[in-house]
Amino acid sequence: MPAPAQRRIIFQHIDEPGYTNDLACYLRHGGYSSLRKAVARKPEELIDEVKKSGLRGRGGAGFPCGVKWGLVDRKSGKPIYLVVNADESEPGTFKDRYIIHQDPHQLIEGIMITCFANNVKQAYIYIRGEFPEGARILEKAIAEARAGGFVGPNILGTGYGCEIYVHRGAGAYICGEETGLIESLEGKRPYPRIKPPYFPAVLGLYQCPTIVNNVETLCHVKTIVDIGGEAYSKIGTPNNTGTRILCVSGHVQRPGYYEYEVGKITLGELLNEVCGGPLPGRRFKAVIPGGSSAKILRFGERFKGKRKIGNDLVDYDWGVEDVPMDFDCLAMIGTMGGSGGVIVMDDSVDIVAALANINEFYAHESCGQCTPCREGSLWMKKISARMVHGEARTEDGALLKSVADQIAGRTICAFGEACSWPTQSFLAKFGDEFKAYPESRKSAAAPAVPLA
Amino acid sequence: MNLKPETLARIDEVIPHYPSKRSATLPLLHLIQEDVGYIPPEAIEWVAARLELQPINVYEVVTFYPMFRQKPIGRRHIKVCRTLSCALLGAYKTCEAFESAFGVRRGEVSADGEVTVDFVECLASCGTAPVVMIDDALHEKVDVARAQELSAQIRREAAARS
Repeated sequence: MPAPAQRRIIFQHIDEPGYTNDLACYLRHGGYSSLRKAVARKPEELIDEVKKSGLRGRGGAGFPCGVKWGLVDRKSGKPIYLVVNADESEPGTFKDRYIIHQDPHQLIEGIMITCFANNVKQAYIYIRGEFPEGARILEKAIAEARAGGFVGPNILGTGYGCEIYVHRGAGAYICGEETGLIESLEGKRPYPRIKPPYFPAVLGLYQCPTIVNNVETLCHVKTIVDIGGEAYSKIGTPNNTGTRILCVSGHVQRPGYYEYEVGKITLGELLNEVCGGPLPGRRFKAVIPGGSSAKILRFGERFKGKRKIGNDLVDYDWGVEDVPMDFDCLAMIGTMGGSGGVIVMDDSVDIVAALANINEFYAHESCGQCTPCREGSLWMKKISARMVHGEARTEDGALLKSVADQIAGRTICAFGEACSWPTQSFLAKFGDEFKAYPESRKSAAAPAVPLA
Repeated sequence: MNLKPETLARIDEVIPHYPSKRSATLPLLHLIQEDVGYIPPEAIEWVAARLELQPINVYEVVTFYPMFRQKPIGRRHIKVCRTLSCALLGAYKTCEAFESAFGVRRGEVSADGEVTVDFVECLASCGTAPVVMIDDALHEKVDVARAQELSAQIRREAAARS
């Protein structure tokens, strides 16, 4: 059966010849008509539309967007802030980059609708420091939108006013964690805050109620207001509504970004048909389906169990290729859809070296606030690097696992889980390769493509 | 601190973006680094005074964020992405190609002061791996041959300048 067709909603104009990132082009394509619709309605109705849509956050956790908005403390008398998480830094994820660079007004429209719905008067776009061009494009687009009456003191003549400013990060992955991001926006080290009590919806930016939403999520909000929450909820699959952008990288013939209705394509269809399969003469070995923190899957393993379809419990028996790409199915098989970054590794890959690469990333990016994460990520890096470059011992796999097992659940933020899941899952799925590593490494030639 | 008039104007413009002056720490450090090339010790004192903070409040920010540097670097900054998707497509070889083209090790400035080569973490362009940023510009699918071309181009631009 051929793979289903893409359904490009958010990426409708990405890479379209002649489509430019200026306001005139956006208006020619019907831009800001959703904002016009939005400001003619009551804010509560817009929040209801988003709740009805079933939209789940596209940044990594998949938290329902309408529920997030519903948690905002609206009685405190303090201003409510919107912070746009444009810190796109989960390895394997590269979707927001294209929205920001090629279609910034789509994002700005989503931001303004969200602000209007939640009575926000000030929004900040926190963009990662490594997107200097993206920051300039956004600033130019905001200035255009301000001149056009879509942003600023009196939006579309309604008397409602809201400002957007762009705030650049400076190369720290932890700023993608929402409370770390808020600390960073306050001008501090981005040490994540402890929850409770510091839930952003209550005590966020400047201790005021704050909504933190991902770039792609806000673009979906624009679509929801355009077509209605009910209609949006029919796209995708139940509890996994809408489309999502899947970013494929690594060892496939056609890496790139593909937008599909959530759950309507399997991992196998995505990798074999859409992305053209493995490189010549190679076979798939492993895939990380939702950004580098997501647990790795080994081709050949099988997942069995029961799942709910409608009101029925149905047996499933899947290989890696059969898994539908949605939040719930990926969680069911012990990994996650995360940020939509799919990293593929073929049979040329030294799996220990791949883990050493990932561990180096997390050791570099741990903020250092919590001891288990700061020390654990460092030791996982040291052990896996020693296995690759120095002496490897058969017991190293068990040692790595014991370090990883002591991090998760003992840290302020989810980085603890994010840095231990790769080690735990690599060991669970490829424990044989770790055990055999001291021997296999002796006979192996120097790698053509070093990973660590 | 001798900042350019444009930098000072942009500093004045950015501070009122926030209800708390402290929030302007990162924007000010970016502006100063773009002007001076790095964050000298007196800049930390200067930002602290400007934002009514203690110097330690600024210093701890400078030392945390990887993009802020306390020493000058080469005229051109070559940042090779090291993270998994780029590594799978040969980023380590790409980095070595830049290192040998300029006779430096990662993290060092070349003898002529022209370039600094660095390995950095994910640049969020994994679908066009391996990727490299040279100053503010992203370069995609930079294999060894492309790294050599880019190095030659940097040399030509340096020669044209002198």
